[in-house]
Amino acid sequence: MAQHEVLSPLPGIFYRRPAPEKPPYREHGDQVALGDVIGLIEVMKQFIEIHADAGGKIVRFLVEDEAPVEPGQSVLLIETA
Amino acid sequence: MFDKLLVANRGEIAIRVIRAAKELGMRTVAVFSDADKDSLAVQLADDAVHIGPAVASKSYLNIDAIIAAARRSCAGAIHPGYGFLSENPQFAEAVEAAGLVFVGPSAETIRMMGDKAAARSVAKAAGVPVLPGSHAEVADIDHAVAAAREIGFPVMLKASAGGGGRGIRVALESAGFEHLFYTAQAEAKAAFGNGALYVERFLPRARHLEVQVLGDGEHVVHCFERECSLQRRRQKIWEEAPSPAIDQNTRDLLCASAIRLLNCVRYRGAGTIEYLYDEDTGQFFFIEMNTRIQVEHPITEMITGIDLVREMIRIAQGEPLGLAQAGIETRGAAIEVRINAEDPDKNFRPCPGKVAAFALPGGPGVRVDTMLYPGYAVPPYYDSLLAKLIVHAQTRDIALARLRRALDEFKVNGIATTVGLHKRLAQLDDVQAARFDTGFLERLLGT
Repeated sequence: MAQHEVLSPLPGIFYRRPAPEKPPYREHGDQVALGDVIGLIEVMKQFIEIHADAGGKIVRFLVEDEAPVEPGQSVLLIETA
Repeated sequence: MFDKLLVANRGEIAIRVIRAAKELGMRTVAVFSDADKDSLAVQLADDAVHIGPAVASKSYLNIDAIIAAARRSCAGAIHPGYGFLSENPQFAEAVEAAGLVFVGPSAETIRMMGDKAAARSVAKAAGVPVLPGSHAEVADIDHAVAAAREIGFPVMLKASAGGGGRGIRVALESAGFEHLFYTAQAEAKAAFGNGALYVERFLPRARHLEVQVLGDGEHVVHCFERECSLQRRRQKIWEEAPSPAIDQNTRDLLCASAIRLLNCVRYRGAGTIEYLYDEDTGQFFFIEMNTRIQVEHPITEMITGIDLVREMIRIAQGEPLGLAQAGIETRGAAIEVRINAEDPDKNFRPCPGKVAAFALPGGPGVRVDTMLYPGYAVPPYYDSLLAKLIVHAQTRDIALARLRRALDEFKVNGIATTVGLHKRLAQLDDVQAARFDTGFLERLLGT
């Protein structure tokens, strides 16, 4: 089983949901396709969508909702095959 | 009366307020999050109090933490700056309930003007024209769609609690409207702690004008207009005073309308009435009122010679407005450009990080309001404003030449900034001739 980590391109705050009262974009065990939105990074008041850069099944999120992230930090683990 | 002022903000505006308070002989208190413990505001203030973690919702938006900081430091008043809690009526109420002075209007005025629907009603009653829009906040996506259909596309979605361009989206057609609604809602919730939106007709080729006002609760005066048409994603990046687009007759009508509106609410403090101006018809429309100091206030200070932040503090001390309308005159032209930590070559991607070195411009007619200091690391958690470069000269043409000269002196190493974009803008024929509207910059950038 190949595993792939989705990295945060920027520092900021990681959000798993599009709005506070909305459900998360994705849950553990969900399938994602290349390019699917898996979270938001708030950096300097801008919200930047984080896209899956590989398709597969979500193993787990590596960062909590609303937690600070550093650039290059892994946010999501995907099983690609 | 108070002799110690707490500034419930960060960045350049915290420094601006600290400076004004010091010039009035007051002691000052800065508050700071984990991310700002080394900030220039903290260094300049007489006292500094830690209020929480980096995330704004737990620090600069935390009312209890800020009031506790004021108590702990024995401050008698709180200045909210702009953004954060500056237009939050619960905050103004909590400050007064704690026996402190809020430097700004009453909670009641903030609430009314912050409720954009109520503000529109006040404007209408004062005889100020308004744009067609939803008469109240739209409760959910279904109501928003219905309102948009009734108004007719293109429409603008705006945060009810908004300001500073946050939580705003333009929908040209019904396709994609739902996505825009949710992103605007998320942005509004994060920026203001309130995701409520309303819908308004969008004028595609309008100029953004605004009138600066001051009131002491009895008398109000205007300090003429600013033009802020150069915007990207509703964020002003270049502002001018006076507007190069209107004649004296329009200026008189515009400023008189602002005064009529202010008199209806017996305004206390500094405020700004924002308008869209349709150059083809010569009509202006009220869009909203900001019940706080604005980022671009220095250009008004430059052309009128009035220290707006000093006046705010004096008014909060219960002193009467020391200005008569007849005594307020403008001299020359001023331009402000916002130097942001963003990379214009990479779709304005935010560029937090360490500023390795910088050089600020100087000389006649140049003012720089900034929180930069050697070794400063720009945190990723707050807005991207690094510095405001303000120039003032006898005429707009001379101000433009001065701006080009000052931008050449402005150096920031280590992170990308918008200095280069402003150099390009200052050379453009259209900008030199003031041929622009609120969509100009996005058309120029192809975004």
